[in-house]
Formats: sequence, structure tokens, C-alpha cells
Amino acid sequence: MTIGLAHYLTVASVLFTLGILGIFLNRKNVIVILMCVELMLLAVNINLVAFSVFQGNVVGQVFAMLVLTVAAAEAAIGLAILVVYFRNRGTIEVEDINAMKG
Amino acid sequence: MVVGLESWTLARPELFLAASAMLLLIYGVVRGEVATPFVSVATSVVLLVTAVLLFAPYREGTAFASLFIVDRLTATMKALVLIGASIAVLMSRAYFEQAKAWRFEYPVLVALATLGMMLMISANDLMSLYVGLELQSLALYVIAAFQRDSLRSTEAGVKYFVLGSVASGMLLFGASLIYGFCGGTAFVQISRALLDGKAAEFGVVVGLVFVVAGLAFKVSAVPFHMWTPDVYEGAPTPVTALFAVAPKIAAVSLMVSVLMGPFKPLFPQWQQIIVVAAVLSMALGAFAALRQQNIKRLMAYSSIGNVGYVLLGLASGSEKGIQSIVFYLAIYLVMTLGVFATILMMKRRGVMVESVADLAGLAKSQPMMAFAMLLFMFSLAGIPPLAGFWGKLYIFIAAVEAKLFIPAVLGVLASVVASYYYLRIVKVMYFDEATDALDSTPFGVYRTVAFASAILVTLFSLAPQPLSLIAAAAAKGLFP
Repeated sequence: MTIGLAHYLTVASVLFTLGILGIFLNRKNVIVILMCVELMLLAVNINLVAFSVFQGNVVGQVFAMLVLTVAAAEAAIGLAILVVYFRNRGTIEVEDINAMKG
Repeated sequence: MVVGLESWTLARPELFLAASAMLLLIYGVVRGEVATPFVSVATSVVLLVTAVLLFAPYREGTAFASLFIVDRLTATMKALVLIGASIAVLMSRAYFEQAKAWRFEYPVLVALATLGMMLMISANDLMSLYVGLELQSLALYVIAAFQRDSLRSTEAGVKYFVLGSVASGMLLFGASLIYGFCGGTAFVQISRALLDGKAAEFGVVVGLVFVVAGLAFKVSAVPFHMWTPDVYEGAPTPVTALFAVAPKIAAVSLMVSVLMGPFKPLFPQWQQIIVVAAVLSMALGAFAALRQQNIKRLMAYSSIGNVGYVLLGLASGSEKGIQSIVFYLAIYLVMTLGVFATILMMKRRGVMVESVADLAGLAKSQPMMAFAMLLFMFSLAGIPPLAGFWGKLYIFIAAVEAKLFIPAVLGVLASVVASYYYLRIVKVMYFDEATDALDSTPFGVYRTVAFASAILVTLFSLAPQPLSLIAAAAAKGLFP
């Protein structure tokens, strides 16, 4: 069996769905949410690179590079905000993020 | 397409803003905390100068291999964003000084966020769209959590960050599908592919839905609004003022240029989504605000409702609809800045208060402030002859002309419900007995902004023509 575009897209969609589910089903720790966000971005990268290779145009790979860079910045900022929050609250349990209702 | 130096000329305002932000950052780092007042004032000035650079001289075209586009619509939207951000920075000082969080990073971050907004407004390619959007969002996540010893501010930061990244992820996933099925990321390529019959492909429609969901989050339209009340309530008040104007205008502009640009061929598909989001936003904005006690939270629901009206204009998909959006956003900017200037004046014995009940008896203790707030509330409720009435009128005319009768009627009904909570604030100020009067604010930025907004909102009816013409010229940019 040759591995075609559809296989890559399936893997990417599964990863993306896992990322989304992880964010909404996870009731424990905010760090897990950060990991899920990374998972979503990686799924997108698989999509972009697979499309790029199968279409023979390089735009998707350039896009993937930009996504990688932004993902790094996003992780840095997310962790920084989390550290600041932890200092005030003393915990990063998802259920404890409730100073404001909603 | 222009190449070489021409590209740089077109992006002159953005380049100026980027260079100034970096210079101010270096200056702040070298001088330390003493630099804060200067950096803050300089940032406001830089933002205003950037707004002037947009129009003097005005040039249009695409640049950087068509990653970047300048036309009347983008220039007008950028001007609104820059004015909003500049005034929001001016309004920040007193608040942050009192909160002991007055640092030079704040104005620099606002400048960088504004740069991101300008890039996303001018995006003409999915890549520049994404990078602009993220530059904006990443700076705003930090700004939301800027008062870092406050639990509520940092919690607002965490919530905004988590939900914002999910939205960016969804938008990106949609963008990757659209790239895959249309064979390119440039708006021109997407539009050409859709006209060539790719529009029927399932992947494209799924991609579009993801992109619209991501954008709906950024404009805080229902059902992606859940972050808004918490972030507006938790973030420091000047930051809330910024959130309520600049990023919202930028995201609406982005939504307009994406949906009316490359995705115009899919109009029947996205119109349904936008109509539903518009009606739900208007309804939620009206009903959920009824029982709010915190005035910042109330303004969050009010802004969700306002986005509903804007989306109704977008759903009409006509030149008139886009004109009404620009018109509405300009009026919304003035009203919102006025309201937040008034909220920032709410102090009791030097402590900021932010509940509706704290306004009780304001008409007796500070008649001017109460009257300004009354004007803003009447205007937000859409009572003629104040400016807010004209904004809503234009939107409803555009919707009716596009045969969106039922959504327009629902919109009018929602605005009737919404006027209840706006009038409740007026009632509290004028008819409730004060238990403890608010401090009077010395003359300064807050009073100037509130006064100027009140004047504009009141006298707007005398000359609605100029703004209407500007909005019409902006809308023309999308319909060559």
C-alpha cells in the first residue's frame, strides 16, 4: 500500500481532534492545555507540509516555518502568564481558575 | 504588483510604527523605570503620527509579492484602530500608577499589538493574516495579565491565552485546508480557484467554517464569546477599554476583507453562518447583560451585542452593508472610549469601584459626569438624535435592502431589550439615593476624553454627512 495524501490528512485530523478534545475534556492541569494547543499546531503543520509535497509548491512549507516560530513564541508567553498566575493563586488546576464566574 | 522600494513606501506607516516601538523599547530598557512617562506619551504620539502617515500622502496597491494590501477600507480601519489605541494608552497612566504597575513595557506592548492589528487589516494572504493576528494576540495576552500581582488580571490573561490559542489553532487548521484545496495562500489565488469551481469541494467549505470560527472568536461573536465577559472584567480597566475598541475593529475589518474578498464566491454558504452568529450575538448581548452588576462585565455583553449589529451589516454582503459597518465602528469607537473614560473616573476614597450600584446618586454629586454617562447610554441604546441611533439605522437599512427582514426585526427587538439595561444605569445615576458619593476627578485625560466623546455623540446628528462619505469611500475599495 502506498501512503497518499489522504493518510497524512487523516493523521493530522486525528491529532487536531485530540488537541481540541484534550482542551475541553481536561479538568486537571493548565499545562496539559498548553500541550494540547501545541498538538493542534503540529497537526496543522502536517497538513501544510503534506499538501505542499503533493502539490509540488513550496508555500505550505514556508507557512509551516512561520507556524513553528509562532508556536514557540506562544508557548513562551503562555508559560510566562501561567507562572504569574501561579504566584497569585498557588495552583494551576483548571477547576480553580474561577475568581470570575463563567 | 509593485516591487522593490515601492513595497516599502506602501508599508510606510507600519514600518514607522515598528521602528518606533523598537526604539522606545530600547530607550525604556536603557533608562529603566524613569522612562515610563516619556515612553507612554511618545507611544500615543507615534500612534497618531502613524494614523497621519496613512493618508499623507495616501497610496494604494499591493506590496511584498501581494502579501500586503492598502486600499481605502484598510486605511480607514487602521485609522480607527490607531486612534482607539492611542487614546487607550493615554487613559492608562493614572490607573496603572495607582495599581503600582506603571511600567514602560505596557505602551510598547500596545504599540506592537497595534502593529499586529495593522498587518492583519492589510493582510492579502493567509500567511500575513496569521502572522499579523498572532502578533496582535500574543501582545494582548500579556497586556491582559499586565497587573501581575492581581489575581483577576492574571486569570483574565490565562483565560484569554487558552481560548485565544484554540481559536488561532482552528483558524490555522482552516487555512491549511484552504491552502490544500485551492493550491495557494494568496487571496487572489483562493478567489480564482473558487471561481474555477473549487467552491463546491467539501474541504474548502470545512476550511471556511474553521476560519470563520477563528475570526468569530476574535470579534467575540456568539457562540465564541465565552472569554469576553471574564477577560473584560478581569483585565485592568484601561486594558479593557483598549480591548473593546482596537482589536475588535481590527478583527471585524479582517473578517470583512476575508469574507468579502477571496470568499465572495462562497457568499451563500457563509451568509447563513454570519446571520446566525449576528442574531445570537444581538440576543445574548441584550439578555445576558440584564442581570450584570459589574459595569465592565456589562460593557462586555454590550460589546457582544454591538458585534452582532456589525455582523448583520456584513451578512448583507452589499456595498451599503460594508459602508454601514465602517460608519457603525467609528461611532462605536467614540461611544466606547467615552464610557470607559467615565468608568475610569469611578473612584471612592481613592479606590477604583466598578459596580453599577456605585453610580447611585451620581447626578447630585457630579452632574457633569452623570450627564456624559447618560448621553453615552442613550447613544448605545440607539435613541435619536444621538450618534448611536444613526449607526444602527444604517445597519438596519443595509440589512433590509439585502432582504434580511427577519434578522433585522430580531435586531430591532434585541436593541429594545438592550435599552433596558442602558436605561437602568441612567436610573441608578439619577433616581437612586447615594449612600456614599464617588470622588470627583481632577481635570485631566479622563475628563477630556469623556467630554470630547459626549460632544461628538451629541452633535453628530448636525453633520452625519462627512463620516457617511468616508464610510462610502472605504466601502468602494472592496467593490471596484
